[in-house]
Amino acid sequence: MSQKLKDATIPTIPLGARIQRWIGRNLIRIYAVFAFTYLFIPVAYTFAFSFNDSGKSNLIWKGFTLGNWQNPCGAPEVCNALGNSIKIGFLATFFSTILGTMIAFAIGRHKFRGRSTSNLLIFLPMATPEIVMGASLLSLFLVLKINPGFWPTVIAHIVFCISFVVVTVKARIASLDPRLEQAAMDLYANEFETFRRVTLPLVAPGIAGAALLAFSLSFDDFIITNFNSGTLTTFPKFIYVSAARGIPAQANVIGSAMFFLALTIVIVGQLVNRRKVR
Amino acid sequence: MGKIRTPYLLLLPGFGFLFTFFILPIINLAQTSTQTRVSGGDTGQYEQTLRFTNYLDAFVENKEQFGRSFLYAIIATVLALAIAYPLAYAIAFKAGKYKNLLLVLVVAPFFTSFLLRTIAWKQILGEEGFVVPTLRSLGIISESTTLTSTSFAVVMGMTYNFLPFMTLPLFASIDRIDPRTLEASGDLYANGLTTFRRVTLPLSMPGVVAGTLLTFIPAAGDYVNAAILGNPNTKMLGNVIESRYFKIVDYPTAAALSFTLMAAILILVTLYIRKAGTEELV
Amino acid sequence: MVKASIEARGDLRLTRLTKSYGDFTAVDDLSLTIPKGSFFALLGPSGCGKTTTLRMIAGLEEPTAGSIHLGETDITTTKPYQRPINTVFQNYALFPHLTIFENIAFGLRRRGQKDVKEAVDKVLNLVELPHLAERKPTQLSGGQQQRIALARAIVNRPALLLLDEPLGALDLKLRRQMQIELKWIQKEVGLTFVHVTHDQEEAMTMADTIAVMNEGQIEQMGSPAELYDNPETAYVANFLGQSNLIKGTISGNDGDSLIVDLYGQKIALPKNRSHAIDNSTYAGIRPEKFRISLLETPVHGNVLTGGRIEDVSYIGVSTQYQVEMPWGQELMVFEQNDDGVAPFNKGDAVNISWAPTFTFALRGDEDVTAGSEVEPEDLDEE
Repeated sequence: MSQKLKDATIPTIPLGARIQRWIGRNLIRIYAVFAFTYLFIPVAYTFAFSFNDSGKSNLIWKGFTLGNWQNPCGAPEVCNALGNSIKIGFLATFFSTILGTMIAFAIGRHKFRGRSTSNLLIFLPMATPEIVMGASLLSLFLVLKINPGFWPTVIAHIVFCISFVVVTVKARIASLDPRLEQAAMDLYANEFETFRRVTLPLVAPGIAGAALLAFSLSFDDFIITNFNSGTLTTFPKFIYVSAARGIPAQANVIGSAMFFLALTIVIVGQLVNRRKVR
Repeated sequence: MGKIRTPYLLLLPGFGFLFTFFILPIINLAQTSTQTRVSGGDTGQYEQTLRFTNYLDAFVENKEQFGRSFLYAIIATVLALAIAYPLAYAIAFKAGKYKNLLLVLVVAPFFTSFLLRTIAWKQILGEEGFVVPTLRSLGIISESTTLTSTSFAVVMGMTYNFLPFMTLPLFASIDRIDPRTLEASGDLYANGLTTFRRVTLPLSMPGVVAGTLLTFIPAAGDYVNAAILGNPNTKMLGNVIESRYFKIVDYPTAAALSFTLMAAILILVTLYIRKAGTEELV
Repeated sequence: MVKASIEARGDLRLTRLTKSYGDFTAVDDLSLTIPKGSFFALLGPSGCGKTTTLRMIAGLEEPTAGSIHLGETDITTTKPYQRPINTVFQNYALFPHLTIFENIAFGLRRRGQKDVKEAVDKVLNLVELPHLAERKPTQLSGGQQQRIALARAIVNRPALLLLDEPLGALDLKLRRQMQIELKWIQKEVGLTFVHVTHDQEEAMTMADTIAVMNEGQIEQMGSPAELYDNPETAYVANFLGQSNLIKGTISGNDGDSLIVDLYGQKIALPKNRSHAIDNSTYAGIRPEKFRISLLETPVHGNVLTGGRIEDVSYIGVSTQYQVEMPWGQELMVFEQNDDGVAPFNKGDAVNISWAPTFTFALRGDEDVTAGSEVEPEDLDEE
């Protein structure tokens, strides 16, 4: 019977139906390409204009130059602002990662009274508009007669970074198999050794991710910084202030460099992670 | 004994810090909001008089900016949801092995300072950019129409800047949906639209709620987009608070406005969560 | 068009159906007719193309070529929701956000059916879970979820019900019970069932007709007894139960029988059970068809002499023997323990005998290990 059928011609799917199906299958992919284009237009623009031979105001394309990349500190204040941002970013990352990781372990690994209140306290800073947070901290500093500047900015950054660190690390802790720790204890590791040899290495990628997130949040923050930094200039503040009279192309250089640097770190991190898992 | 104390010891430094630099400032802000100017004192000198009408004055004086803040934030949130949902869906279900790479790409624009990107939009949409002349020559907009310094530009900027906040939680939610349930829906006589309405959307509600909150809250308090992409008639509450602090040095009004903003956001968010919560999220 | 396809009824006819993913051909020029009202099983190891076939019938995959007809209606390019076909998914795919009642009512509501409550209650009674109507799927056990998935599909009275490894996630005991229940329900509702499985016992318990699939093609199709007693290929002989395959040469004719020479010993088998194409062949005998006897005992039918018992495994209802033959091959023999104890011991010199009608003959160029090295416990992940 089947032999007879094989001699018949193969029925083909009509072309119209094929085209319709192809569009149906790929419409959302086509859409995604547009969405990503939208996301990257300003990034591409910023990158392109980092090569603009613009002089003072980087508004109109005046010609291609590598000068801005060769001399990123060429514009007054840019590198000073960048240096401040990096210093603040590192300090805020360091402290918020330590404090946040401790809280994440407390909430993620222990049952205790006040746990839901603790969760609320972590959620609140994320639900507070930046401007309210910035303004309230400033008013506290004013009452305490502390002048806005470097350290107040660091403190402000730690405040808003902690919650994000807690959330990120907690997610990692929650995904851990508790039996791994039990197995370690079963194999004669005491609490401290278990933490150091098993728990910490397993949570480490989460902590690294949290630190990266904290740094990028701190580095990019403008609103809270603007309230608490006084006369100190950070990179975003520098851009905001010079926006009125035109931003020097060196700012585009730094923005683009940060973009590629961060992208490299994330992609390398993912590759390392994937290799470890295998 | 030590076991019981461990979590508290771990919490102590972080929560001590948060209490000092987050809770205390908010309390302090509340105090400031009812102060009045010391008569005959210097600029910036205030005393506590428990004047609650500060709130009323601040609100009445700025109700336009108030309304604008929430209107812009809501429009930007809805737009971001509309743009991000299909994107998150595509990454979750259609990206295959490129899923992680595409997720990185969603976050990647963040790494270029958001101010630089906002200013880039200003220049792209500005008179010297390529968009306006193109649209004009195509006759889509008239010669006198501009795109920058408009409420359109402000809302577009906000939508753009908060898009990743919307996309990531949406992705997390959609990615957890078993694709077989979507097939099962089709198998049970639901067409694409019905499947979306009856299965995909309800199952992704946690992501929708998280995404809209993460977009709406910062959008309502934002003033950078309005400052860069707007004009004096697109000022939002954030712009008012900023200028009260730095230009007018009117701390009580600024504090009262901040508090009103926070309260309004909290009320809206609570209502919203309660409404979304009735759908019984899984 | 939409109306027509959704009301199509009749036999399911696959014509030269092919599905390729790049270079890989999952389903290769498959033609098949499944009669209305039958319980049909597609059996094969993972990667044999059975799930892909099922998904094309459901409309979840698009065929690269070929056509699918239900009765006289061509449904090859019809959307899943326009086919009168429902599926019980491998992991049930119940909607986690809906109650059991709403899960079952889903299809009825989409088709705008009246009396939803009545229909759902009826099918809940059929699967004996009426008390679970208001629960959520996550609150149910695996067996309960399985029945709800079944109820959700059959409540729509489809022309065709597809079951994709429906019992794969259940434990052995529950699986046996569900097999019997599924068969009963199929009789009760009178629908056409197409069942995909890698479990040969499951297929044999339930199906009227089994198609054994291998590398995207149908290896053999027939009733469970036909496939088991008279397999046409080594693949089928090994995949369905176990077989002893002994190399031999067809040396003569005797009326309706063929005479086959197995390493110098002559045996007979019915001509209509030979699938050899020339003189070279493999003679196949199922282990339970063999009888072991001590050398002095007289025997009838086919006899192979010179065996020696190498291993004895007592497993309650039966005893399994490994018997080494003079040409070095070990034959497997299952003996019922009707007398309570295993009558033979390791090292015994024995003859092996069986009735000629239980012999089948395969082509001599077959790979005797085909179908035996596949791991049937792998879940189908196509």
